[in-house]
Amino acid sequence: MITVENLRVKFGSIEAVSGVTFAVGEGQSFGIVGESGSGKSTVLRALAGLNDDWTGRMTIAGKALAPKRGRDFFRRVQMVFQDPYGSLHPRQTVDRALSEPLLVHGIGDIDRRIRQGLSEVALPSAARFRFPHQLSGGQRQRVAIARALMSEPDVLLLDEPTSALDVSVQAEVLNLLADLQDRRKLTYVMVSHNLAVIAHICPQIGVMQGGEMVEMLSADDLREGRVKHPHTADLRRLSTELEEA
Amino acid sequence: MMVRIENLTISFPSPQGMSQAVRGVSMNLGAEKLGIVGESGSGKSLTARALLRLLPPAAQVTADRLEFDGIDILKASERDMRAIRGKRAGLILQDPKYSLNPIMTAGSQIAEAWRNQRKGSAREAREAAIDLLAQVQIRDPRRVADSYPHELSGGMGQRVMIAMMLAPDPELLIADEPTSALDASVQAEILRLMEDLVSRRGMGLILISHDLPLVSHFCDRVAVMYAGRVVEELAAQDLVRAQHAYTRGLLDCLPTLSHPKTRLPVMSRDPAWLT
Repeated sequence: MITVENLRVKFGSIEAVSGVTFAVGEGQSFGIVGESGSGKSTVLRALAGLNDDWTGRMTIAGKALAPKRGRDFFRRVQMVFQDPYGSLHPRQTVDRALSEPLLVHGIGDIDRRIRQGLSEVALPSAARFRFPHQLSGGQRQRVAIARALMSEPDVLLLDEPTSALDVSVQAEVLNLLADLQDRRKLTYVMVSHNLAVIAHICPQIGVMQGGEMVEMLSADDLREGRVKHPHTADLRRLSTELEEA
Repeated sequence: MMVRIENLTISFPSPQGMSQAVRGVSMNLGAEKLGIVGESGSGKSLTARALLRLLPPAAQVTADRLEFDGIDILKASERDMRAIRGKRAGLILQDPKYSLNPIMTAGSQIAEAWRNQRKGSAREAREAAIDLLAQVQIRDPRRVADSYPHELSGGMGQRVMIAMMLAPDPELLIADEPTSALDASVQAEILRLMEDLVSRRGMGLILISHDLPLVSHFCDRVAVMYAGRVVEELAAQDLVRAQHAYTRGLLDCLPTLSHPKTRLPVMSRDPAWLT
């Protein structure tokens, strides 16, 4: 469904992503882990069309991506960001946030789709006419996910979708993402610094360091400690150390 | 006992009358590391801030006892409070981006904190600042001292915050989600650093976080808060034997590498926890 070959992104003289290659099958999930500055979010932003200054080759559903994307691309590929407070307009109601993608893409039947969208992410219908500040953090992230689903995309790009949430709410959102994938056969690319979260959602994982993908492995290999690169081993040790506590 | 809190209640006016954000919390702290864990809105930050009297003006605070080293915080004058805040008790906040002054170099901010407490020349203050930066394990303290906050990474910025808090040699350090904005590796480093400084200087530490395993790793004792109350208090090593359903729920809902689950258990909140 998604292929990325030899992707390079430069900011001035610094190469933030230097030759990243991976592929994700339809209905599959691919996770990218790494520390801040490793380039993981830059990969996702290039894939999402938020940064058009890159070289390499990227395809989605067999079609090569140009630096500038058409409307159809933005219908099929949607993104969910870390901080729902930053990604929802503070003066717009949930109703307005959810109807915008429908208006942009000329999809009708707005009323029914919004009601269905809210129930799909398990939000009460009363949330429809609320403002973001009247919702809890978990509810706001549900709104952001519902908005991403409005245009019925095939691909969801998830940038640290649960890092700003309480652990109890994180569990709910991760379960929701798993259910949605089952139901809609979505393809996920998820970025996080939390190995346990990535391994929970994504059977295939790429580890990034200094702009390069230093290792690709399965979640099972990661769990069992079958890692090759020292950076992966470091990240794994940090993660398991706390679990043993 | 450095800190004594008995039956602390904090309420805010709301259209429906007074709403209680903290309801009858009691805890004590000596020269030890206490973790306060809970979700957003559980009252953990309010409890710690009440100790420095740093609550919003609308907040109404009552307590049978609220003491820092024998000083009654509820009755202390503003002048007395200034002698505590930043001097005898330091507060480290979540995001160094917002807590550092963007138009002062890191070195001069630390020097300012140092001179506030001790009388000394500007030169002595600068040397002290560089020494403090070295203490928080910054490799090139002179360069960092001359940097502005935007030139520093999150981990560096948080070290600068810690250096600044250590400048007046406080007896108590309150860290409110000090590492939530940082990477896992930096997070572990910063916490290890705080733990080390606290035990070396014989300080008390209150570490506030929503991450239960993390807190128990670095603290001696953990208080778990839910909806304004302490529902359980236990020694950090007894965490696996936690009794309260809420504490168990917080532990179970975390995805882990070592124990994969196909579906994460979701907390079912018992109304009885509120009473």
